[in-house]
Amino acid sequence: MIPDEIRVKDKDIHAFLEVFNNPKSYGNGLLSGKTVAIKDNILFDGHKVSAASKILENFFATYDATVVKKLKEAGAVIIGRTNMDEFAMGSSTENSAFDVTKNPYNLKHVAGGSSGGSAAAVAVGMADIALGSDTGGSIRQPAAFCGVVGLKPTYGRVSRYGLMAYGSSLDQIGPLAKTVTEAEILYKVIKGQDKMDSTTISDETYPVVKKFSKTIGVPRSFVESEGVSSEVKQNLIESVEKFKSLGYKIVDVNPPNLKYVLPTYYILALAEASSNLARFDGIKYGLHVEGKDGIDDYFKTRGASFGKEVRRRIILGTYVLSSGYYDEYYGQANEARRMITRELRELFREVDLMLTPTTPSPAWKIGEKSNNPLEMYLEDIFTVHANISGCPAISLPSGFSDKLPLGIELTADLGREDNLFVAGKEFFGE
Amino acid sequence: MDAKKVLDLAKLARIEIGYEEAESLSHEFDAILGYVGEVKGVSKADNLKLKADSFPIRNIMRNDKDPHETSFYTENILGQAPAREGNYIRVKKIL
Repeated sequence: MIPDEIRVKDKDIHAFLEVFNNPKSYGNGLLSGKTVAIKDNILFDGHKVSAASKILENFFATYDATVVKKLKEAGAVIIGRTNMDEFAMGSSTENSAFDVTKNPYNLKHVAGGSSGGSAAAVAVGMADIALGSDTGGSIRQPAAFCGVVGLKPTYGRVSRYGLMAYGSSLDQIGPLAKTVTEAEILYKVIKGQDKMDSTTISDETYPVVKKFSKTIGVPRSFVESEGVSSEVKQNLIESVEKFKSLGYKIVDVNPPNLKYVLPTYYILALAEASSNLARFDGIKYGLHVEGKDGIDDYFKTRGASFGKEVRRRIILGTYVLSSGYYDEYYGQANEARRMITRELRELFREVDLMLTPTTPSPAWKIGEKSNNPLEMYLEDIFTVHANISGCPAISLPSGFSDKLPLGIELTADLGREDNLFVAGKEFFGE
Repeated sequence: MDAKKVLDLAKLARIEIGYEEAESLSHEFDAILGYVGEVKGVSKADNLKLKADSFPIRNIMRNDKDPHETSFYTENILGQAPAREGNYIRVKKIL
């Protein structure tokens, strides 16, 4: 599709913040001839990159992210930057400072988020594949809402050099695609240790301890959590039946501390956000709003150019890290994180994969949850465990509810993306 | 949490917000903190039994050598600064 065709097609959806004028191929490889859309928090040298924030509205990337360098080498054509929740903070792309991305299946509904633009672009074929980032479900949830495949790799699998940081102990870049096969190819292109990101892992970091035995655990009591819609539960039952018919053994599992995943996640993410976003000061780069003196420049710049959700998260993050409350919140969240991680790793000695829905409900109506941040946070119930533990997880399209897509999610042990691909391809008959 | 507390936190976070926003945030914060406060229920005693291998944290250092060419990024980076003086970012007087 040429840029003008994409722009016409995107008029009602608003998946893109910018469609590049003269996209080109820089090399030859696994992605030759493929068009790729990248989330607006990934740096592409010489191009604007804003994290969908007013504070970076006119910021130009000064270098290529490692993933962009790898895309170029693999022959991909990078066609544009996609809309997102500002600084990846949100689950609907409604928090973008510029536009709300619409769900391609029903324009009155959200596309999910924060990588909503990337998911919508792939869903309607404006891009063959796309990159997103996932801090608490930001690839998998929009993938589920838009009926595409979305993968969050193991923490450290993909270099984050050139990704704008939100929650550094949680963030990971990953692929969105129409099929598991395409997601796997894109994953293979972007993965690998990188000297520019010291958190990247090697193929030896997590030795294989269990051979794949087609065993899937379903945490039934967790799936029965309050607020999970009946269509989603029914869809999961159908997916379980499908896996059974493919020769998988399904077992009940019950990691007791899964119930703490969301509180744990939000404390850690808010704390890390408040720290990471301290760099935006109106002095080094980005928007500057004049105050009466040096420190007032900070107040004015940050007050005027961060959106409401970003302000909310930074201020709350400041609270959970403040000296009187640190132990109660941040300290406890780190304890809970260790427990959850241990339980999941022990679980993966018994089963190859854990199966849950990706989201507790299909895509909601635009504006429906905007005035209740807590209600929006609860939508991440089934995705954050993967970020807390570092485990890889994939969302697969699994059907529809009232013409809106639904997704199921498979989580694997650290380093075992291979299990996700095998089961995902079997699920679709790829 | 009251609006004054939110304003104090916003000050720590270097974000200017108005009283009205602080007031509405204070109610949201009560709801959010009430929910995330559930982590207080996690027992630390259980956690003492954790083996180190279940949550590996390690420092990774690189050698302090092979820097990029001097001034390789200077123009690009300074070009993004809101105010510049020569090869410096211009800031306001502090004292």
